[in-house]
Amino acid sequence: MKRVFAVAAFALLAACASKTPPPATDDSLYQALGQKPGITRIVEGMLLTVVKDPRIGQHFRNVDPGLLRDKLVEKFCVEAGGPCKYTGADMAEAHKGQRIDPSEFNALVEDLIKSMDAQKVPVPAQNRLLKRLAAQRAEVIDK
Amino acid sequence: MKRRIPLLLSSLALLCADPVLAAGDGRLIATGGATSVEGAAGGGLIPWAVISGYGEQGQWSSTVFGTHVDLPDYNLDVTGLAFSYGNRVEFSYARQRFDLGTLAKKLSLPEDSLSQDIFGVKVRLFGDLIYDQLPQVSLGLEYKHQRDFLIPSLVGAQRDHDVEGYLTASRLFMGAAFGYNLVVNGGVRYSRANEMGVLGFGGDRRDTRSVLKEGSVAVLFNPRWALGVEYREKPDNLSFAGESDWADMFVGYFPNKHLAIVLAYARLGEIATLNNQNGTYLSLQGSF
Repeated sequence: MKRVFAVAAFALLAACASKTPPPATDDSLYQALGQKPGITRIVEGMLLTVVKDPRIGQHFRNVDPGLLRDKLVEKFCVEAGGPCKYTGADMAEAHKGQRIDPSEFNALVEDLIKSMDAQKVPVPAQNRLLKRLAAQRAEVIDK
Repeated sequence: MKRRIPLLLSSLALLCADPVLAAGDGRLIATGGATSVEGAAGGGLIPWAVISGYGEQGQWSSTVFGTHVDLPDYNLDVTGLAFSYGNRVEFSYARQRFDLGTLAKKLSLPEDSLSQDIFGVKVRLFGDLIYDQLPQVSLGLEYKHQRDFLIPSLVGAQRDHDVEGYLTASRLFMGAAFGYNLVVNGGVRYSRANEMGVLGFGGDRRDTRSVLKEGSVAVLFNPRWALGVEYREKPDNLSFAGESDWADMFVGYFPNKHLAIVLAYARLGEIATLNNQNGTYLSLQGSF
C-alpha cells in the first residue's frame, strides 16, 4: 500500500510538467471519432444541446450556426489528426469579448460529452479529444 | 443510524425536488468528490484537495452526507454537512458515533459508544484538479472534540480535543489509465488523534503530533463511475493497543450533480485491542 503513495507522489510531480499537447502525430483519434461524418454528427449534436442550454445558449445567439458548425468540425478534425485545415480565428480571438467564465466552459464540455455519448464514442476516445481541448482552456475563458 | 436514514433521505428528496435550491453547478460531475469520514470532501477515509459540491467562481454550494462503516466488532456512523464558496473554501461539520459493540459487552464498559464532533475548514491554495499546469493543492484544518472522554482517558489518552492540519494535492490525468481518466491524491497530515480522535488525542506512549501520509488512486470508467484504493497512515500513541494504518477499495457512483454514492471494502485492522476490523463502508452524499 505504501507503493500507492509513492506512485501518487510521483504522478502529482509529473503533473507539474504537463503542458499543451503537441499536434496529433497520427489519425487514430480521427478514425475513432468516425472521421469527418462522425465529427460532424458530434459537433451538430453538441450545438443543438448548446443553443437550448440556459447556462451558455446566449453566447451562440448572434452566430451563424452553419459557419460555426463548419469551423468546429475543422477544429476538431485537426485536433484529432485528421486531413483538415482549420480556417477559423485562433481560440483567443474567437472568444474575445465573450467573457466566458469557468462554469460556462464546463457547461460546453458537458454538452460535448453528452453528444459524444449519444454517438456512442468510446470513453477513451472522448478523453483524448477532451484532453486536447482542455489544454486550450486558458485561451478561451475570461477573454 | 436507523433514525438518521429517514432524515437523510428526506433531505435528499428535498434537494432533488426544488430546483430553486440548486445553487452552484459550474464544475464537472464528480469533481466535488464524495464526503470523507471526517466531513471534508474527498474519498472515503481521507480528504482530497477538491472543494465540496459543484460551485465554481462566485457560486455557493452545500452538501449533506451520511456514512456507515460496518465492522466485525464495531460500527461507525457519521453524519454532517459542508458549505463551500467559489471552488476556493469549504467549511464542514461532522458528528461521528463509534459503536463499541462487542467490546462494551466483553469488558462491561461504562459506555457503549464514543462520539466526536469535527469542525473543518479547507482552502484551495492553487492549481486545479483538471485544467491548470499545477495540481490542485489544498490546506485543511480540523478542530475535533471527543464527547465521551471517560474510556479514552482510562486507556491513556491525554486530551479530549485537538486541532490537526493536512496539506493535500489532487490531479485528474486525462486518459492516463489505458485511455480512462486517472485521479491521484496525496497528502500529509499533522495529527496526534487516536483512531481519528474517537479515542481522544495524544497518549501515554507518545503525546506529540506525527506527520502522517495519506493517498489514493482512482480510475474513472466514465464521468459517473470511479474505482479506486486509498491508504491512510495512523499514529500509535496508546500503549494498551496497536493502531493500524487504514486502507480501502471503493466504487463511487455519481448519477447526477445532486447525489454521490460510495461503497467500499475498508481494512481498518486493529482497533482498541480487537484485530481484523475489516468491513463494508457505505456513504451517501447530497449536493445542492
